[in-house]
Amino acid sequence: MLTLAHFITLGAVLFCISVAGIFLNRRNVLILLMCIELMLLAVNMNFVAFSRFLDNYDGQVFVFFILTVAAAEAAIGLAILVVLFRNRQSINVEDLADLKG
Amino acid sequence: MTLAELNLALPEIFVLSAACVVMLADLFISDERRGLTHLLAVLTLVFASILTLRVMLPPGEVLHAFSGTFVRDRFGDVLKVFSYLTLAAVFVYAKHYLRRFGLFKGEFYTLSLFALLGIMVMISSASMITVYLGLELLALSTYALVALDRDSRFGSEAAMKYFILGSLASGLLLYGMSLIYGATGSLELAVISQSLAAGVGDSMLLTFGLVFVVTGIAFKLGAVPFHMWVPDVYHGAPLAITLFIASVPKLAGLALAIRLLDNGLIGLHQDWQGMLVVLAALSLVLGNLLAIAQDNIKRMLAYSTIAHMGFMLLGILAGTPEGYAAAMFYAIAYAIMSAGAFAVVILVSSGDREADRLDDYKGLARRNPWHAFLMLMILFSLAGIPVFLGFFAKWQVIAASLQAGFVGLSVLAVLSAVVGAYYYLRIVKLMYFDAPEDSAPIPAPVDFRAMLSINGLAVLALGVFSGGLISLCVSAFA
Repeated sequence: MLTLAHFITLGAVLFCISVAGIFLNRRNVLILLMCIELMLLAVNMNFVAFSRFLDNYDGQVFVFFILTVAAAEAAIGLAILVVLFRNRQSINVEDLADLKG
Repeated sequence: MTLAELNLALPEIFVLSAACVVMLADLFISDERRGLTHLLAVLTLVFASILTLRVMLPPGEVLHAFSGTFVRDRFGDVLKVFSYLTLAAVFVYAKHYLRRFGLFKGEFYTLSLFALLGIMVMISSASMITVYLGLELLALSTYALVALDRDSRFGSEAAMKYFILGSLASGLLLYGMSLIYGATGSLELAVISQSLAAGVGDSMLLTFGLVFVVTGIAFKLGAVPFHMWVPDVYHGAPLAITLFIASVPKLAGLALAIRLLDNGLIGLHQDWQGMLVVLAALSLVLGNLLAIAQDNIKRMLAYSTIAHMGFMLLGILAGTPEGYAAAMFYAIAYAIMSAGAFAVVILVSSGDREADRLDDYKGLARRNPWHAFLMLMILFSLAGIPVFLGFFAKWQVIAASLQAGFVGLSVLAVLSAVVGAYYYLRIVKLMYFDAPEDSAPIPAPVDFRAMLSINGLAVLALGVFSGGLISLCVSAFA
């Protein structure tokens, strides 16, 4: 039998993977964008699980909004990535070091 | 959804429609007549102010709408009116800059108006859904604005860093919200507050949720240790965008903190107070110390923002109406001062590049005596020298934190203000006592000069007659 704790643990594990991905990844900006998507999905997992076990639909409504915003966020992130690549011919995270101090 | 509910949200509905109209109209406006877009955007702000002031609520009255997701109260109304005023000033300053650097396009106005809509939604949010949607509308518009200069290496790098760290912050905030939802079973802030008062909810879920929510807020405000994005974004973004980011969204940051921490989580005041104390102390010390080490004025003002956010947190952490009123006064004062300071940076950028080196300010008093004097007043105010607006703002927040019993923190705040005075006064010294490299006066359009004079004099006038603004802020929390 799956309990609430299983879902919350899964959400927490997904969330930790995404945060670790953002901080450990030194290669590719695209991977950062994927980590951000994963993070939002981990949150969705939490909301759906709580909503189901609390028998309250507000959480599922919130999930729809988060999915919509995530789509807009991905669009803007990729647009900025294109601009970045046009200006530098590289999407390596380590090359993002002109601004310092 | 009744007509009365729609009427409460009329300013938001109007700004949304007007932003769409500006976006469409701009398609049919030729480059030579781009001033029309500017005019439309400023008119939008004027009408939005009229719509907000038309039903300005008396102190203490709170009206909810749209199934408890939207709230209209005096706090929100006052903050919205100051957002319009600051954004209007930003538009006037930005036009001069955008024209000269070939960025005078409709996108700036459309995106700024959508960002304003996000700020208004955040200010009027009564549910975690509206907090999040407002926050994202503001953030997504701002990411795009930072990349407005598509051919700039710095701009695109700053936009990418802002995007990644901003999305991380939203993710942390959302995760915290999901845990709080799990513990209390509601997304409505008022219901969450009641549940907490009744002692409902698993305390571990609540504590974890609170930690994530406070981290998210600290990221958005740029408080140490979540400040990494602030200097890079201020430095890399085009000056007009830095001017925008440094002024209006600070009011939204205050609203975010007050709506979530006070309206929703006041039952956990003891817990979040401790976290805010640490954030405030670190921001005050590190913000001011790192600002001294900068030779780029955009980065210097970025670190100064971090320190100022530390001061604002002093007011919030008290958790009393007086404390919130002081924080609100501080946020409004900071938005006005910061807009003025960046306007002078735009003025001095008369060559083919932005005047971001401190040396560019040498001898400004001999080139443009009046503008140097306005900058002197703004810098004195930022440093917190008496008679000016910034002094009373600092006074109020420090008094609030003393009342809450934080003597050590208050002493630290005063000491860090003294350290901070050093780097503001360094610019005054450069302007008044050094010889200019080029002694020709710097030209600027009439509207720009008029707005800068109003802004500079407001810093003096609102300081001398600070009682009015203070009582307005106090009435917002009555």
